[in-house]
Amino acid sequence: MQKERLLQHRILPVVTVLLVIIAIWYVAAYVMNSPFQRDLDRRGNVTSTAMEFFQKTMAQPKPVLPAPHQVVSNVFENTFLRSVSSNRSLVYHGWVTLSSTVAGFTMGTLLGILIAVGIVHVKALDRSLMPWIIASQTVPILAVAPMVIVVLGAVNITGLLPKALISTYLSFFPVAVGMVKGLRSPELIQLDLMRTYHASAGQTFWKLRVPASIPFLFTSMKVAIAASLVGAIVGELPTGAVAGIGSKLLAGAYYSQTIDIWAALIAGSVLAALLVTIVGIVGKIVDRSMGGRLA
Amino acid sequence: MTVFLRSWQGAVALILCLAAFASLPLLAADAPAPFGTGTLLLIFLMIAGTALISFAGISPSLLSTILFVVAHLAAWLLLAGIAGNEGKATLAFFLMVTASWLIAWRCVAVLSGIHAKSAAGSTFLRLLIPAIFGAWILIIWEAITRGFGIPFILLPPPSAIGARLAGSVPILWADVQQTIFKAVLFGYVVGCASGFVVAILADRFAFLRRGLIPIGNMVSALPIIGVAPIMVMWFGFDWQSKAAVVIVMTFFPMLVNTVVGLTASGAMERDLMRSYASGYWQTLAKLRLPAAMPFIFNALKINSTLALIGAIVAEFFGTPIVGMGFRISTEIGRMNVDMVWAEIAVAALTGSVFYGVVALAERATTFWHPSNRGG
Repeated sequence: MQKERLLQHRILPVVTVLLVIIAIWYVAAYVMNSPFQRDLDRRGNVTSTAMEFFQKTMAQPKPVLPAPHQVVSNVFENTFLRSVSSNRSLVYHGWVTLSSTVAGFTMGTLLGILIAVGIVHVKALDRSLMPWIIASQTVPILAVAPMVIVVLGAVNITGLLPKALISTYLSFFPVAVGMVKGLRSPELIQLDLMRTYHASAGQTFWKLRVPASIPFLFTSMKVAIAASLVGAIVGELPTGAVAGIGSKLLAGAYYSQTIDIWAALIAGSVLAALLVTIVGIVGKIVDRSMGGRLA
Repeated sequence: MTVFLRSWQGAVALILCLAAFASLPLLAADAPAPFGTGTLLLIFLMIAGTALISFAGISPSLLSTILFVVAHLAAWLLLAGIAGNEGKATLAFFLMVTASWLIAWRCVAVLSGIHAKSAAGSTFLRLLIPAIFGAWILIIWEAITRGFGIPFILLPPPSAIGARLAGSVPILWADVQQTIFKAVLFGYVVGCASGFVVAILADRFAFLRRGLIPIGNMVSALPIIGVAPIMVMWFGFDWQSKAAVVIVMTFFPMLVNTVVGLTASGAMERDLMRSYASGYWQTLAKLRLPAAMPFIFNALKINSTLALIGAIVAEFFGTPIVGMGFRISTEIGRMNVDMVWAEIAVAALTGSVFYGVVALAERATTFWHPSNRGG
């Protein structure tokens, strides 16, 4: 019974919508690729039936919009059939992006937690820092990314760290805001209870505020890791297309390798979904081990 | 101990003053224009005297005024004195900057403790406290870049950025027109509107909602910015391609937030509407959309930042010779770092204004929501 409901209410609608999207994609691919193909046929004096023509629009080497199966086969080929150390392997580029994402995410989370602790405990910080934290996110930091990379490159800081710093900047914000909320989530009555126990500020912090903030932490970490992946990808754009998903995008854009661009996009999306899922699972495990019950 | 705790910033400032006095002068011996004895004495007396005053139990408003004036006057004197002596600052200089920063911190701490009686007073405080913080970020930035003589290419001092900003208003204005008024605004309006319409459709048909929401949630986590090169390929180098990126980026947050918001009205209120025999659209317009407003505004706020980012990053992949992203990427290549920073300052300012306008609109339309009623 339960399974049937899950099938009807969850899986069926999602699959339907996905199929519709893929169908639209095929139609769009035909429409967008056909002018070029028609031109090609006219020059080559080829007359083809409608079916042949359709198949040709699906198999161009540099289509305006590659058909889904072209992208899938490109992703498959570059993920599983190439050696991992190859420059064309998506695993290799994904790994480069992943390492700076994780480094930036770790730093950003730590920074965010630190800021949140400061804001919760020091009143002057709360009133002076909080508006700037919010303002910091209205700065289109991704626009600054190339400059950060170039400037740090000028002082011989290259490689992983500059990209990680951009990820840090993007990921500290959700964590800081979420943790401030989380650390303030204990109610007055619970704080009063700690006072009746004669708990010190440190004890109240570790035994009440920190456990209360854990669910908030994981929710904001999910947002943060997605943001930090975006940061890492954009951070790779100005490094002169060396390695990483971002550089793959840029190289694809330069040489009009549309299939490669889409493949890189898919790789980035898979990476994002994986990372968010991992953070979610870790969050669930921690929640369970702390005695949380299923909602 | 309790006296010390009343103003630890003052105590540390005093110690720093003594340390600075012991390690005088403020500038290296070969500095072309050293501090005059009078100025030096004035700075030391002001900071040390104010540090002492901060222990006295005078009224908070008087104390904070004194602290405010002294901290910023001292900082101004110190920064003015370094003009022409870039890179010649000694330890004593930085100790004195730190001491005046501590005075400013004390000022913020005192101000945070004041409970303004009038509404105007509390608004003033709410603006003043972060403003002091921001000012000190700039002061310390200026002191460090000019005190250590950090190469201009690495990090220009704020004063140079400000001068550049004031000197190239026409170029910056053209960039803003290209990027903000054409790409961002068009993309933002179309993206948000289409997200909203699809959300209403998804609300009307439950099947669509169940299918779209998990996908929408997943897409929100994806690096959508990656479609920028594709859009540039499809729609050309001008602002249309940037607007397309903005549309794609703003669509999903709007969709997901609106759908969630439409479920925000309570079952009791919906029953009431039913008992009034109101149809789907009436209930939507009179109950559910107003209840969804906080969620919709949340999406509008998120999108205001996303739209700027999308437009600027899309310009890295190809533009006509105007636009904020174009300016940033070319001026880096020419090592005109101050121009890049000026562009960033403009972007930050526009981003903040954009966000502020949305926030004000939110206040005007959702005045009934608990988070806006104050109290």
